[in-house]
Amino acid sequence: MTRTGSYSGHARIGIMEALPWIAAIAVFFLLPDYLSLGARIMIYILFTLSLDLILGYAGIITLGHSVFLGIGAYAAGILSVKLNINDPFLQLIAGSLMSAVFGLASGAVILRTKNLTLLMLTLAITAIVYEIGNKASWLTGGADGLPGVQVNPFFGRFEFDLWGRTGYIYCVIVLFVVWFVVRRLIYSPFGAMLTGIRENTPRMHALGAPVYQRLLIVYTISAGIAGIAGVLMTQVTQSVGLNVLTFEVAGDVLVMLILGGVGRIYGAFVGPVVYMIAQDLLAKQFPEYWSFGVGVLLIFVVFFARGGILGLVDKIAARGRTP
Amino acid sequence: MQAFASSLVSVLFHGIAYGMILYVISVGLSVTMGLMGFVNLAHGVFAMAGGLLLSTAMAKYAVPFPLALLLAFVVVALGSVVLERLLYSKLYSAGELAQVLFTMGLIFISIAIARQLYGTQAAPVFLPDYLKGQINILGRDFPAFRVVLIFISAIIVVTLWFGVERTRWGAMVRAAVDNRDMAQSVGINTNRLFMVTFALGSGLAGLGGALGSDILPVQSTYPLENLVYFMIVVAVGGLGSLSGPFIAALMIGIADTATKYWFPELGAFLIYAATIGLLLWRPQGLFGVRS
Amino acid sequence: MGHSFLRKSLAVAAAVGILTGAASAQTIKIGVVNTFSGPQASFGEMIDRAFRLYIKLNSDKLPPGVKIEIINRDDGGANPDKAKQLAQELIVRDKIDFLSGITFTPNGMAIAPIATQAKMPTVLVNAGTSVVVTRSPYYVRTSFTIFQHCVPLGTWAAKSLKKTFILVSDYAPGHDCEEAYSSSYKPAGGEIVGVIRAPVATADFAPFLQRVKDAKPDALMVFLPAGRTATAMMKSFVDLGLKSSGIKLIGTGDIAPEEELPNMGDEAIGTISMFHYSAAGDRPANKAFVAAWRKEYGEKATPNFAAASSWDGMAMMFDAIIKQNGKLNPDKSIEIMSHFKTDNSPRGTIYIDPETRDIVQNEYLRETRRVNGELQNVEIETAAVAIKDPWQAMQKAKK
Repeated sequence: MTRTGSYSGHARIGIMEALPWIAAIAVFFLLPDYLSLGARIMIYILFTLSLDLILGYAGIITLGHSVFLGIGAYAAGILSVKLNINDPFLQLIAGSLMSAVFGLASGAVILRTKNLTLLMLTLAITAIVYEIGNKASWLTGGADGLPGVQVNPFFGRFEFDLWGRTGYIYCVIVLFVVWFVVRRLIYSPFGAMLTGIRENTPRMHALGAPVYQRLLIVYTISAGIAGIAGVLMTQVTQSVGLNVLTFEVAGDVLVMLILGGVGRIYGAFVGPVVYMIAQDLLAKQFPEYWSFGVGVLLIFVVFFARGGILGLVDKIAARGRTP
Repeated sequence: MQAFASSLVSVLFHGIAYGMILYVISVGLSVTMGLMGFVNLAHGVFAMAGGLLLSTAMAKYAVPFPLALLLAFVVVALGSVVLERLLYSKLYSAGELAQVLFTMGLIFISIAIARQLYGTQAAPVFLPDYLKGQINILGRDFPAFRVVLIFISAIIVVTLWFGVERTRWGAMVRAAVDNRDMAQSVGINTNRLFMVTFALGSGLAGLGGALGSDILPVQSTYPLENLVYFMIVVAVGGLGSLSGPFIAALMIGIADTATKYWFPELGAFLIYAATIGLLLWRPQGLFGVRS
Repeated sequence: MGHSFLRKSLAVAAAVGILTGAASAQTIKIGVVNTFSGPQASFGEMIDRAFRLYIKLNSDKLPPGVKIEIINRDDGGANPDKAKQLAQELIVRDKIDFLSGITFTPNGMAIAPIATQAKMPTVLVNAGTSVVVTRSPYYVRTSFTIFQHCVPLGTWAAKSLKKTFILVSDYAPGHDCEEAYSSSYKPAGGEIVGVIRAPVATADFAPFLQRVKDAKPDALMVFLPAGRTATAMMKSFVDLGLKSSGIKLIGTGDIAPEEELPNMGDEAIGTISMFHYSAAGDRPANKAFVAAWRKEYGEKATPNFAAASSWDGMAMMFDAIIKQNGKLNPDKSIEIMSHFKTDNSPRGTIYIDPETRDIVQNEYLRETRRVNGELQNVEIETAAVAIKDPWQAMQKAKK
């Protein structure tokens, strides 16, 4: 399997890379009725990007990534509802930090294991946090959800509106900042070392690389980014529900990443866009068949398109060049 | 004191019944994962299929309960061979991620199909009258069906162990779990061995799903909802082992029952916390042959 | 259900079009945020069938030229972020006149701010946590609240069952029921001998029920999420000999849902439940409702409580449309709906309390019996007449 996005001269931002942002701006003007879906897609891109960092670049398989989305989401919700802290950026930073700290703490313990054991540990930790969220209803609202989240207008002027304009722009800007940081990270020596760990852990050990420490750092960063996605979700929805902590959400984001292409930064962009638009179009008419379709899609990707949509695009492009 | 002893008996009884079912369903997963290194998240699909087959056979075609159990075993085993030949076998060396994704895909598809055929409610299982009510053992009443369930599971366990320890097939399986390449080079047809073992493991899951439909109700989201429990049994017990998952399953069954009985407010915490603790203590599981 | 469901929705849409004459038509759009996928998908079908059946049978009552269009969206369960997005799109993109559905409380909580912002008259036909209707002045509820069931249940139980063991699912609605039951049962002289909060995902109830059996109460009061786990609980209740040892099983209607009764079999006989609706109710309006349902959806189909709430919810929207002669003003709509009253609900007489915009209805005590070979929840007593949500009153008392 060939993977792009390794430490090999892609560090400069190419013209093609402006495309997603041009598209994001175009959507704002051309499709004003679709901005609330647009905002949710941006949030899922962020979340998928965080998963891509650990799965695609560091090779950590997890079935419990939703725990970080959930911690960010509940941190923002609790800040607003219980402590009346309604500054959007303060919520963003606090939620992201909370999630990162949890990533650091849990990562420190579980990243010493691998394979099935690691997979099970991620599942079990998420399950426990879900139970806490359900039981501590005085704090989280439990299964009823935590409504009434307030967010101060941005710069004292821009409120979340009915059309989702403010929410959309806000999400795009946050995504842009995170994308920039992640991109720098991936094309740094640190990113190269992660790819090395993914491809051949024993060799990295032999080279004297601090494997565990690197994994822990990337796990913490990933948790922080997932936490940001969670905060955005809470702010845009103005409430939180237990669904952010479920296995289903962890599974969804995995599917989106696979669909787009694992281990490539734009896989995390393409996957959620295609998945969520397809869901929006198809699930309306055929909700019963949606999970069937997703299942078939997964199996198709595994057997015929291991690199996801972007992998297919690469293949077609390569064929075009060598007739 | 007597009250405590009495509740202890209840907890042990229900815990063993639950643990036995978990074991019968999960043992195949442990063996196939140990043997082929295949992360088969979709194992619960076979258990669900067994439960649904039993329900349909009994409700629609009035098949007697014991025969329906046998049917669940045979049909699921045969069905799994088809899947193994067509799909699973292509991914033996494909890496964990591909296996996780593929089996998740299978889960989604099976949930959709089960929902289309059976709706969202649990599939009805009407036990024959001789399995209803209570049996008196040593002056205490026990629910008849669970007594029978423990008994049948025990027979399955003994047969299985005998098969693996004493037969030629068992020797080949043990050899292949220990060292697949070596087994192949001494002339064991590992491909066929995999297929037969996979079928047997899946068949047992089908049988367990059918037998346990009273404890783990069978409905469309079954493979996803119970996935964690099956995986815990295997991960805690250790891959490729027969006795590890047995002890793990009994431990989970009894611990879960005891929590429910004495500390219901702890809910599912204990199981997950214990799993995390055990896995950190012994990442290979209690009796793991490989990780 | 897939194909037949689609076909029927098309048929209904066509019928509505023909009846009202599409040419000079004014279309009133009702956006429905509903649950068609996920483990709770059976709600989606019940609600949608009730809406379409009501429209089919009553569209001649609409002002001339007015027709109704239903726009369904699937939230897949309790997913507030998705539900809010769908509601937002229904409002800004589809320009709906009414919003309805709202199967789950967290979704209702998330949608409330935009319903307020958009002045969108919203009819909640399922979510049952008391507080949700207070979240927006544009919310009206036709379903029920957990307190409405569990308070009268406690009052009734205290009369003859002196000791109760409580078993509830460990989530917010379960906690509500526990609180509500205790609030009426204890002052009336009942004693609660034990409380178990079981994890929502519980599949095997035997250990809990074993403990209940050892505590020897007169009654076991159970609250579980509708449908899913009730059968497993019922079977263990009988298997472990609780029934034969004389413990009375009582609870909300969720422990003996109509669609699960055939799966439960005779084990369910004798179960006592408190609910606002039973398909077996012998009011003429209910008989007509059930007959129309079976004529439309087949002899084996039975409407449940969500269907009844949705039927009444649609009746309420019709009322608002007719009284404004099709020219809708959101504030006027909510005003009319807040004063909605009918004696012809399948549930009997119901009305909306204008102060809280919440449903006021009867609560029926039912016993599960076999009638003409069919298991039914037979209404044996009207346990509470025109009961308002007791939670609201309790909140006032606290202040």
